Amino acid sequence: MLFEIKNLHVSVGGKEILKGFNLSVNEGEIHAIMGPNGTGKSTLAAAITGRDGYEITEGEIWFKGKNIMEMSPADRANEGIFLSFQYPVEIPGVSIQNFMRTAINAKREYQGLPNMPMPEFIKMMKEKQAMVEITAKLQNRYVNVGFSGGEKKKNEIFQMAMLEPQLAILDETDSGLDIDALRIVANGVNQLHRDDNAFIVITHYQRLLDYIVPDFVHVMYDGRIVKSGDKSLALELEEKGYEWIKDTIL
Amino acid sequence: MENQNIKNTQKQFIEYANNSMDKISANDTPRVKQLRQDALKRFIDNGFPTKKMEKWRNSRMIECVNEDFNIDRIENKKHDFCCVIRELDTEAISLTNGKFAEEEQLKVLENGIVIGSTRKAMQEYPELFEKYFGTCNINDNNGFYDINTALWQDGFFIYAPKNTVGEKPIQIIKIIDEENNPFIQTRNLIIVESNAQLQIIDCDDSIKEQSSFVNSYTEIFIGENAQLENYKLQNLNDNSSLLNTNTAKQLANSRLQTHTISFNGGKIRNNIHVDIDGEGAECNIYGLYLVDKTQHVDNQLKVNHNVPNCNSNEKFKGILDNEATAVFNGHVHVAPNAQKTIAYQNNSNIILTDKAKINTLPFLEIYADDVKCSHGSSIGQLDQEAMFYMQQRGISKENARMLLMYAFAAEISNNIGIDALRERIDDMIKRRLKGELSSCENCVFQCNTPKEYDFKIDLSKI
Amino acid sequence: MDSNPNENIIEKVTNKEYEFGFVTDIETDFAPKGLNEDIIRLISAKKEEPEWLLEFRLKAYRHWLTIKQPTWAHLNIPPIDYQDIIYYAAPKKRKELQSLDEVDPELLDTFNKLGISLDEQKRLSGVAVDAVMDSTSVKTTFQDTLSKHGIIFMSFSEAVKQYPDLVKKYLGTVVPYTDNFFAALNSAVFSDGSFCYIPKGVRCPLELSTYFRINAANTGQFERTLIVAEEGAYVSYMEGCTAPQRDENQLHAAIVEIIAETDAEVKYSTVQNWYPGDKDGKGGIYNFVTKRGICRGDRSKISWTQVETGSAITWKYPSCILKGDDTTAEFYSVAVTNNYQQADTGTKMIHLGKNSRSTIISKGISAGYSQNSYRGLVRIAPNASNCRNFSQCDSLLLGDKCGAHTWPYIQCNNDTAILEHEATTSKISEDQLFYCNQRGIDTEKAIGLIVNGYAKDVLNKLPMEFAVEAQKLLSITLEGSVG
Repeated sequence: MLFEIKNLHVSVGGKEILKGFNLSVNEGEIHAIMGPNGTGKSTLAAAITGRDGYEITEGEIWFKGKNIMEMSPADRANEGIFLSFQYPVEIPGVSIQNFMRTAINAKREYQGLPNMPMPEFIKMMKEKQAMVEITAKLQNRYVNVGFSGGEKKKNEIFQMAMLEPQLAILDETDSGLDIDALRIVANGVNQLHRDDNAFIVITHYQRLLDYIVPDFVHVMYDGRIVKSGDKSLALELEEKGYEWIKDTIL
Repeated sequence: MENQNIKNTQKQFIEYANNSMDKISANDTPRVKQLRQDALKRFIDNGFPTKKMEKWRNSRMIECVNEDFNIDRIENKKHDFCCVIRELDTEAISLTNGKFAEEEQLKVLENGIVIGSTRKAMQEYPELFEKYFGTCNINDNNGFYDINTALWQDGFFIYAPKNTVGEKPIQIIKIIDEENNPFIQTRNLIIVESNAQLQIIDCDDSIKEQSSFVNSYTEIFIGENAQLENYKLQNLNDNSSLLNTNTAKQLANSRLQTHTISFNGGKIRNNIHVDIDGEGAECNIYGLYLVDKTQHVDNQLKVNHNVPNCNSNEKFKGILDNEATAVFNGHVHVAPNAQKTIAYQNNSNIILTDKAKINTLPFLEIYADDVKCSHGSSIGQLDQEAMFYMQQRGISKENARMLLMYAFAAEISNNIGIDALRERIDDMIKRRLKGELSSCENCVFQCNTPKEYDFKIDLSKI
Repeated sequence: MDSNPNENIIEKVTNKEYEFGFVTDIETDFAPKGLNEDIIRLISAKKEEPEWLLEFRLKAYRHWLTIKQPTWAHLNIPPIDYQDIIYYAAPKKRKELQSLDEVDPELLDTFNKLGISLDEQKRLSGVAVDAVMDSTSVKTTFQDTLSKHGIIFMSFSEAVKQYPDLVKKYLGTVVPYTDNFFAALNSAVFSDGSFCYIPKGVRCPLELSTYFRINAANTGQFERTLIVAEEGAYVSYMEGCTAPQRDENQLHAAIVEIIAETDAEVKYSTVQNWYPGDKDGKGGIYNFVTKRGICRGDRSKISWTQVETGSAITWKYPSCILKGDDTTAEFYSVAVTNNYQQADTGTKMIHLGKNSRSTIISKGISAGYSQNSYRGLVRIAPNASNCRNFSQCDSLLLGDKCGAHTWPYIQCNNDTAILEHEATTSKISEDQLFYCNQRGIDTEKAIGLIVNGYAKDVLNKLPMEFAVEAQKLLSITLEGSVG
């Protein structure tokens, strides 16, 4: 098993948000997590990636056979967990090229490898940029500064392509995207999807799942998964709305 | 030469103090008496501030200190007046030449709020004086403060006990009606206890063209959860000098909003000092000065964030015509550990002639890292894009200018929390910009002999 | 989860050692301690100066005696005993140097260690260097190339001998000895420095560079730089500095004067890395410097770029007088303070000419227990119409024991001016750090990255060679600190 969450309880500012969350993800799988606003989807992403202020009061998170709960956020990333942020932050003055080079070399250092030679890096940048149809010269642009909503999300997928994670979490990657950008983002994800990696797609709407077809769909409500199924569950949910879930569980 | 002049004036004050101290301090509480003596000692040592002092470098107030001050021959008069602001219903008290009429008693309003003379209040509420009087920090300890503390005789006193809410705004009308160059001091005390709420309108007016110097010092205490709005309207004649010091102390979750609006007056200096001593407190300090001729307005602000989690907002705007000069010195101080402070400071100016001058010094002094502090200052002209946009919509150039100027100034008046007062100020801004604001309209005496002030901000210069 | 991983990082940063703290053992010629007219005569005699220069020094000294050290800066300066300083120290020379082979090998080695090769062959092409050790210029490189263009670039003492008229014409015209306490002191006792003269219409083909090094103990360094760009001339000038690690404080009071005639352009870049003292605030250089340029001719341009990472105390305001019409002045600054360092630095932009424009970009970064102030004056004279100034002064705080302050003075005497000043104070946001962390970049590296990004606008203005050094310096000085 690639990734497993057991009975996860997470509190933010003393308030319990995740209340016994369970999930198992194997290599090659795509899991979609759906649910109404305020149900703990983003908290889940933050807890997995080790963000400060998200206190795990109970439960375990396992990745590639290691308990990652004591690892720093950077170490978790270097182990191969990638989060595509819902709201990517702007970092003025730091070019994307410099940012990516630092990130890739950090990962290589973690793996005991030497720095990536510059020509190889440049070549890689070009290839991955093409994959998500970014035409801008990234060496001149600062991380997310002045990016439109669509550009920011494309940039997230681009970084994912560069860092080649084994587990990628897409947190509301579809929010704020027009149909073209959505297609580009989804194409990128589909190209990166292999037998040895996995995706967790957090989304509010079914729309994204037309493009990224999940193997499993989980519906989250009030801090845990209340219903799981295949991709047809997403369609049913779309049709009947979240009220239906509330009704079925209560 | 100038120095000698000031030295002589200082001597006069000291002489006067030595002769009259016993009489002045006859009814003092022990604390007040002690403060007088300490202040006099300091004044004897230090005298008036000089232009060499950083805080007074750009100020023209010192030029107004002269040997001909009338310190002790100031008449105690009682005036009847009516405020002309339409639909503004206030609880009004008035001081002439810095004093209440001898016979006037403290007013205790229905809800328990006390307003009236500081002199009287010191006798009736000595415990409040022992607790509060002279305990505010002062930004810039100087001779004017010392001479006020040493020799004050009256002023206004406003006391809102716990949980009281002012039904009407309290209006203080301060009139100067004295011929021979009076040096007028007022010592004021505003106490707003916890959970109390108050609105104060503080008007400085003069009814004669003679020169005068007002040295006013107000201490303000705002208790927990208390709220105070303090509107200062300054409309004095060209020959007047007004030195106005307000120092406030805020406790937890209190809110202070002050507006200092200077339209007319020869030389004005406002020292505004706020100590934020309780978490969750907020203060908004607004100012507007529309000045012309040789007017001089100097605003000195200091906000001390002494505790975490407080917000402060300073916004001063000015338009300067003719040879008017202005100074803005804002200073936000964030103490170590005053984390999560949010402080904003802004000073914008429009200058209309190459004789007008503005000195702006927006200071930030920050010793805590988790803060959001910013300041901005700008000096410039009207937005040409906006000018063109309006003209393209058929608005004449003059009207477009007027609209933009008004919009510039209205950013300050918009925050006035008393509707009638806001409308009045808006109206005054418009007239001031058009040059239609007359002394009579400010004047609280309805004598029906209009005399136009020659104040005009000349918009065609933009 | 570790609730505050940053504390260790601050610890690490504050323990970072100064790299250039070594002392070179070379024979040095000292003047006796203390300051009086005899010492000034001695300095002047040692340098075989003409009478007028001695007079200049003595006038400055007599003026200095009448004034006091300024106290208005936001600095806590321990009392300085001006009689306890050696005012002249120079590496002993055997004879006039004809080639590099004759330079004391110890000296060459010193500059090599600092990464400043005086060997033209080993130098990156395009940079000519004047190396100043303690009070004296050691060697100026690339003389041949420069003289072909009629450019004079040599030590100040040498210029006094070779071009006395030029020096006399310009010395003290931008920073008069009466300017301030430290300027008066410098004018009285300055020992050497660089002189640079670019003739009419010449674009200097090389970057000119002076490298200052304090080596001797108990000495003050008082160098003087004078740059003249004649009509239509262009020069880019760089200044670097380091000092050994010593427990006592050392005084550095320099003067830089720049004159830009009509259509001339001068770019002056500094990377200041004097010894900042140890992590407890012991030792370090007092850097009290007066730098000023005058855009004398129409359309001339002066640009100051500084990266200030060193010195225990910095008191420095590189300024511009925009005298000509349509002149341009710029000030770009990154000032980093750590441990117990104090900096009060900024600029003055004095607009006298019509349509003159100035830009101020200042980025202050404070860490440890340091205090970092921006202080800047923008003045528009009554007749200077259509002037523009834009000032952006940002402060970044790393840790809750330091201070960041902004003291702008804006004086406008003209109705056609447009002046804008903005300032913000912030810390590195948790969101930015987490974003970097999530990409596998640890906090220490992330801070280096973010701080360099924060200072980007200024670093971009540095000549290439300096920019690399400055970036490294920033990361070293602050590696990983955050509050």
